[in-house]
Amino acid sequence: MNISFSPLGDQAIVIEFGHEINEQTKQAVRRVSTLLEKQKPDWMIEFIPAFVTVTVFYNPILALYDKVKIELERLLLHLGEDLAVKTTTIEIPVCYGGEFGPDLEFVARHNKLTPREVIDIHTSGTYSVHMIGFAPGFPFIGGMSEKIAAPRRDSPRLRIPERTVGIAGLQTGVYPIETPGGWQLIGRTPIRLFLPENDVPSLLRAGDQIVFKEISKEDYDAWEEKPDAENP
Amino acid sequence: MLKILKSGLQTSVQDLGRTGFQKYGVIASGVMDPFAHRLANLLVGNAEQAATLEITLVGPTIEFTENAVIALCGGDLSPQLDGAPVTMWRMHPINKGSTLTFGKPIIGARSYLAVAGGIDVPEIMGSKSTYLRAGIGGFCGRALKKGDEISIGNITQQQSLAFQHTSDNEFDWLVPPTRYFEEPVLRMIKGKQFDLFNEDSKKRIFNDVFTVSSDSDRMGYRLEGAGLALGHPTELISEAVAFGSVQVPADGNPIVLLADRQTTGGYPKIGQIISVDLPLISQLKQGQHLRFKEISLLDAQQRLVEQEQYIRQVKAAIQLKQEEWT
Repeated sequence: MNISFSPLGDQAIVIEFGHEINEQTKQAVRRVSTLLEKQKPDWMIEFIPAFVTVTVFYNPILALYDKVKIELERLLLHLGEDLAVKTTTIEIPVCYGGEFGPDLEFVARHNKLTPREVIDIHTSGTYSVHMIGFAPGFPFIGGMSEKIAAPRRDSPRLRIPERTVGIAGLQTGVYPIETPGGWQLIGRTPIRLFLPENDVPSLLRAGDQIVFKEISKEDYDAWEEKPDAENP
Repeated sequence: MLKILKSGLQTSVQDLGRTGFQKYGVIASGVMDPFAHRLANLLVGNAEQAATLEITLVGPTIEFTENAVIALCGGDLSPQLDGAPVTMWRMHPINKGSTLTFGKPIIGARSYLAVAGGIDVPEIMGSKSTYLRAGIGGFCGRALKKGDEISIGNITQQQSLAFQHTSDNEFDWLVPPTRYFEEPVLRMIKGKQFDLFNEDSKKRIFNDVFTVSSDSDRMGYRLEGAGLALGHPTELISEAVAFGSVQVPADGNPIVLLADRQTTGGYPKIGQIISVDLPLISQLKQGQHLRFKEISLLDAQQRLVEQEQYIRQVKAAIQLKQEEWT
């Protein structure tokens, strides 16, 4: 693998594993994240994993760029080792259509499918979380079927309620907090993705797998009333 | 308590930001001008990271319901205490019942009010900073409003000893203020995607004058000018951004990412403003002009190391002074 380093200003360094999102870059990002979490170099402030990069923020008082780069190169020598990288699969219950998914019909029409078929396709896949970004706990999810892809709305909605599930192009995702956005909305989940009171404030992490499970409006309402049942 | 009698434009509780949670998409937040914030805290004997009030352009009216010791650093927004001008970059004892007001912005856009003991709000994810967009942290997750009552934290024994026998005259010394400029030249390291820009843009970024647009806030400043463009249209894969990243969306007007930036972005980054110059941009108001000047990474890091040494010296000097009083 062709690994390159570059500075992001005077307090961060970007490790790049390639220019293409594939299984190899995904694994590299996860393994480096695991290594950094385990070793926690004293000059490291924090790191941000993304699709093909891990950016490490550091304290230049403790180590300048060249030293950080050398130490990261040394760390990367362990990349091939048998790391205990766990893959967690998280099930996200979704109530599709109706008031929660006003664009389900559009996504169906756009793909010459019925709404039922869109739901079946959306719930049949296993998706992977490439990166958390854009908003707290917001997952960039890969693995959606092309059969239910749909363009973004021409004019974005000013308010999309939190926990709404949407489709944009070949991507699907869940909005953790209320935000404006141009995604086609197909449903809503009763579980929260952003948990600011927790030590780990995001339900999902880069590298996790997720599956969507259809639930009825009754199940949804029962779940919302009983937030303790959030993490089944 | 600090009782807010008038809210002003935007006053929020901030500290040095939320670290360790950006990998979960939680933005760093924190003060826009860390240098002014740190010095204000040091002046009143606080830890550098203690929470302060970040006051923007039109300041609030604050009544002190108890005795306090304060310092104001950063932009000069004409502070007055019971009608008398307050010197910036200096500590002031405040008597219970006094009222702090602000007037016309003289220079800069943001002033930091440190109170001995720190602003006392709960920590969320290790920080007292207000994350305005998500409505968490700081005081009730929002900017201060009329009627709010903000608690002051406990002062240490050393602070209490230092302040008790001291009259205002003995506080009459300043830390050297930051020089804010009407038209600053910001030093910039070339960004990761610098070479993707066309030849014209690569020259103009360091030659042209840019204007801070009205579409500018704690998240970022949108600059008008140049009309920068890539050599060839390129779709980038999103990656982390940082405080001071200068990214260029398709319309060609650069955006400087600031304290409330998102954690990741997909626009090409033409450069990165160096850490020691961040206060200069954070203190600009809409309509002001700025220019960029290239600097190497190593030089930028040396400037940062020097600044840290300087802050350590100031800290030691203030400590000596306060030990004299005890």
